[in-house]
Amino acid sequence: MSRESILHRVRTAVGRTEDQPIPEPPPVRLRIPQVDREARLQSVRRSLEALAAKVHFAVTPRAARDLVETLLAGRNAVASNAPYLSECGVANLPGVRTGFRDAAELREACTAALVGITSADYVLADTGTLVLLSSNSEARLISLLPPAHIAVVPSSRMLTGLDELFTVLPSPADASSSMVLITGPSRTGDIEQILVRGVHGPGELTVVLVG
Amino acid sequence: MSLEFDRKIHEALSNQKLQLKIYANTGRMKEGREASVAPDVLPDYQELRSQANALKRHAIDHLDHYLEEFERNAEARGGKVFWAKDATEVADFILSLAREREARLIVKSKSMTTEEVDLNERLEHHGLEAVETDLGEYIMQLAGERPFHIVGPALHKDRYDVADIFEKHLGIGRETVIENQAAIARARLRAKFLAADLGISGANFLVADSGAVVLVENEGNARLTTTAPRIHVAVAGIEKVIPRAQDLAVFLKLLARSATGQALSVYTSFLSGPRRRGEIDGPEEFYVVLVDNGRTRLLPDRGKRQSLYCIRCGACLNTCPVYRRIGGHSFPWVYAGPIGAILTPQFLGTAHEPALPFASSLCGACAEVCPVKIDIPKVLLELRHEVRRSEAREKRGGAAVRLERLAFRVFAWLATHPRAYRLAAPLGVALLPARLRERFGIDEPPARSFRQLWSRR
Repeated sequence: MSRESILHRVRTAVGRTEDQPIPEPPPVRLRIPQVDREARLQSVRRSLEALAAKVHFAVTPRAARDLVETLLAGRNAVASNAPYLSECGVANLPGVRTGFRDAAELREACTAALVGITSADYVLADTGTLVLLSSNSEARLISLLPPAHIAVVPSSRMLTGLDELFTVLPSPADASSSMVLITGPSRTGDIEQILVRGVHGPGELTVVLVG
Repeated sequence: MSLEFDRKIHEALSNQKLQLKIYANTGRMKEGREASVAPDVLPDYQELRSQANALKRHAIDHLDHYLEEFERNAEARGGKVFWAKDATEVADFILSLAREREARLIVKSKSMTTEEVDLNERLEHHGLEAVETDLGEYIMQLAGERPFHIVGPALHKDRYDVADIFEKHLGIGRETVIENQAAIARARLRAKFLAADLGISGANFLVADSGAVVLVENEGNARLTTTAPRIHVAVAGIEKVIPRAQDLAVFLKLLARSATGQALSVYTSFLSGPRRRGEIDGPEEFYVVLVDNGRTRLLPDRGKRQSLYCIRCGACLNTCPVYRRIGGHSFPWVYAGPIGAILTPQFLGTAHEPALPFASSLCGACAEVCPVKIDIPKVLLELRHEVRRSEAREKRGGAAVRLERLAFRVFAWLATHPRAYRLAAPLGVALLPARLRERFGIDEPPARSFRQLWSRR
């Protein structure tokens, strides 16, 4: 069987025997900078706007709801089951379908929708990155199939960057089968290095930070 | 040098349009990289490189341990791991899986490993449709070409070339606006994503402590490939394994910056196993194919083992004065540029293209930009040595090798004995036969030597 023959070749080549203990790997390198809240908010804005994503700050959940209503401008949308979206009232906006538990139904709805609305588990301030863990409240396709993606996230979920993410979440696989980091709208430069947005994923990304 | 290699190089050099495209496109990526790792933007860049190098060295030196750990954790989370020693085993596994699950249509996201094993051709030969979904790869598949560049597969095609390809292969009217071309691809491929039964991805990293596959991309096609179909198969080289999820904080900061100059790619997916109970969507089955295909051949030599640290960012291609002139298709295998010049001879044997390790000026630019600090020039030198040694062994050109060795020994002695050198240098120039001068393009020696001019100064 190839498993044994590959492992045998590897061991012979690197001079190891089966089950031989290994030395400690190089220590983990995670450095969390001290960045105050205001600076983090501005960093999210700066990073995302540089990628042609839009950023809004809403003071209250109610204000976030009103903002999303304006952003939707009558477009039909699918919202994830994230409790925060119901808390804000975003999930109950007119034209917004939510509560999907069945993969096939969700896929059909996402194929037809113009906007996908999600929350996020974290936002990374230094790069403007959304972190979404797949669960019963966040499906993968909502941030992927519709041509526009709106994420409504409480600003308390803001982290400084990757180092802090992997500090608070050292093993993402324990939490979910899928963690995706989203940094800006889908894009390509495959033809003449000319930037085109929305080639497979959403070409339009709006992040609403609340509170 | 094989005739083929020689011909392709000359073709590329004499194609002015191609020269301009390569130069401009690699130039943009090169500038992007430089700006994104500048000391004011990423002050700890050099520390990150050292850490990445240390992690890769540790992982490769204990590869068996981390592969087993990866397998254990992937299977604990409901994934299945298959080990393939070569191209045939990769294709056979996917074919039998497709047959069992009655899958006809396969979507693929960018994977250099599957290029290595000509997977698409093998699948199509058995009546399966395998569609590349990265825009550049899609264009290449339609055109029937292999990727020109690790990161920008269609780097050598402009909008007019793409218009020709789409017109010919998609049966549509001529479209030369890049946004519209992307929209056409999006619409065509969206239908494929939604109809596909099986998605094949590569892997940028395999995370041992999580049993996870990490995919880095900008378009969203890898996310769709790994989410929409019922079955996800990740095909990954065994060298892709890293110890811990936390190490990604180092690698992710380097990868996108080195490739395109982005701080992070648009999408980074961290996937461990199939959809779990309670999760709404995602594949029902999750497989990882661990591919050797020649990699274990690189392991025994401690000096050359570092070739396996490569994270396929393409930075060495963009900075290489040779790649930037001769382009990706001059290289004899799927990997082009400096990294291709060290991987190809080791994967396929130096005899495959003995001239390849010599197609370099050894300027060292590649080593300087490599995010995992592979000493490419050093490996090139070792490979040159190997080529010459095997030539001598085969007696083919044995005399020439002995002569060369003797010449260098004489030169080394002269160069360390200045008085003898002063006497011998004019003699050497005078003795150089005109035939050799012509062959190596050496000009007639000037009337006065550098030393003579210098002494009169």
